[in-house]
Amino acid sequence: MSKSADKTAGIVGVKESVGDHIFNVFNTILMILISVVIVYPLWYVILASITDPAIVNSGKFLLLPQGFYVAGYQEAFDYPQIWAGYKNSIIYTVVGVIVALVATIPGAYALSRRDMAGRKGIMFLFTFTMFFNGGMIPLFLTVQNVNIYNTMWAIVLPIGVSVYNLIVCRSFFEANLPIELLEASKLDGCSDFGFFFKIAIPLSSTIIAVMVLFYATGLWNIYFNAIMFLRDEDKMPLQVVLRNLILSNQLMQGASGAELVEKQKLVDQLKYVIVTLAAFPLVIVYPFVQKYFAKGVMVGAVKG
Amino acid sequence: MANKVGSGEKSTLARILGSWQLYVLLIPAILWLAVFAYYPMYGVIIAFKDFKARSGILGSPWADPIFKYFEQFFTTSIAVTAIKNTILLSLEQLVISFPIPVIFALLLNQVRSNKARKAVQTISYAPYFLSNVILVCIMQMLFSATGIINNAIVALGGNIQSFISGEEYFRTMYIGSTVWQSMGFNAIVYIAALTGISADFYEAAVIDGATKFQRILYIDIPLIMPTVILMLILAVGNVMSLGYEKAYLMQMSTNTSVSEIISTYVYKVGLQSAQYSFATAVGLFNSVVNFIILVIANTVSKKVAGVSIF
Repeated sequence: MSKSADKTAGIVGVKESVGDHIFNVFNTILMILISVVIVYPLWYVILASITDPAIVNSGKFLLLPQGFYVAGYQEAFDYPQIWAGYKNSIIYTVVGVIVALVATIPGAYALSRRDMAGRKGIMFLFTFTMFFNGGMIPLFLTVQNVNIYNTMWAIVLPIGVSVYNLIVCRSFFEANLPIELLEASKLDGCSDFGFFFKIAIPLSSTIIAVMVLFYATGLWNIYFNAIMFLRDEDKMPLQVVLRNLILSNQLMQGASGAELVEKQKLVDQLKYVIVTLAAFPLVIVYPFVQKYFAKGVMVGAVKG
Repeated sequence: MANKVGSGEKSTLARILGSWQLYVLLIPAILWLAVFAYYPMYGVIIAFKDFKARSGILGSPWADPIFKYFEQFFTTSIAVTAIKNTILLSLEQLVISFPIPVIFALLLNQVRSNKARKAVQTISYAPYFLSNVILVCIMQMLFSATGIINNAIVALGGNIQSFISGEEYFRTMYIGSTVWQSMGFNAIVYIAALTGISADFYEAAVIDGATKFQRILYIDIPLIMPTVILMLILAVGNVMSLGYEKAYLMQMSTNTSVSEIISTYVYKVGLQSAQYSFATAVGLFNSVVNFIILVIANTVSKKVAGVSIF
């Protein structure tokens, strides 16, 4: 993308017209506006999590932290459910990513090999599932029938392969592993396993990073599958814990009484704290991985 | 097609045996495909059976009449509302949230400073990482009766609006949050396509005195059209498979008349009240309609624009 500097910038002797100038001004304002609209809600939640709830509840526009108040964080850290949720989500994400990589990367490599008999047919079987599936109940019954209901595997396995990711990955291999490389290795007596593990994998760190990112985001954010396929409260991932805590807070808002006022203050702030805590890992990781995000989409777009 | 490696003259069997290791690499993915994609598809037959968990899928008796649950579905008033809601929400979402990333990409592409363009792009797809739970929470915080949005409306002399619980705002909020969350992400493809346009086109256009707007209209748009159409077919093909997670999370007793879509309904009757056969029939209806729409979109696009996904 770095190449795409203004492609007309180098043309000498052409002055920007008045119309173009107006367009630029308008466009700049619009881009700033879009950025603000995207960033501000996130910024606001973080601010509200450390600001006096009285100020937050007054509905004031916040730009910087005011009336510093962090009791919500102390309270949140005392909730054992939050830690359990974190722990579960981390385990599900790590195990899930490993499972997904083991299923996706070798499979995508095999499907990228044009000399594999039946490639087109197998590919069709995968692609077909993107547009037609059994639906929620048959999937639920499957999870029960293979005896993984209410276990970690019920979270990890049903989303073990994303066909979209598989296609992205296959496109990457097709574009980045020239056939000559394979032929040369074969002449040196390299087997398909050898080529995959010793040559293809080391050349594919980009796509592996993209896959880790895509799958990890999906696993970390999982909610609906968790409420469908898990029963025990202590197995729930962070998103479910988060949702339940917020709902129970909303219920508490109906309560009244003098001693509840201080408690209520806390409860109000807690919502912002919990959301901040749940999004926190992503906020930390985002700057480091965002370039892979874009890369992944573009690899997929080449031959999607 | 380069068939150099497994020489094209060998028989298929010889080729399969020769590259057995490739099939071994494929095993985990195939296992997943069989268990979590095709086995559930086979499970769809319970839509035509009186499914009883104890007898299993095969052992359960066939429904009498065979389309019993489909008939039941079409005569249930909530079900009909759910179909209507699904179609309306999907169509509105498609019409509004599909073109916006295209326009955003075209405009972003006109930003002259490399740094600024990258910064805006990076910001634009940040929300894509957020879960639906967090997205809905943030929305409820900002748009609640005491939230900053309503506060601003009151300050400007308006009345408090029930953005969160009111049925009249459900679709707006649903679609608005989709745009907020995925505009940047969906624009990546178009930005990539725009990056690939040769500078020669622009040079020629500038020399001919084309304004920026004309360059967008006569160079950018025609050249990214194939990408746009491809994405459109995919979007149309998924028109019925709405993000039910978000709809479920946004659902309140006050807005079910518009927020009950087919998938939230399937969840309720299927998993919460264990009417497996009925819920499967509803889900199957949804999938079939979706698939038909996709095939039609693909056929039309193949004929009209020569672009297709299969």
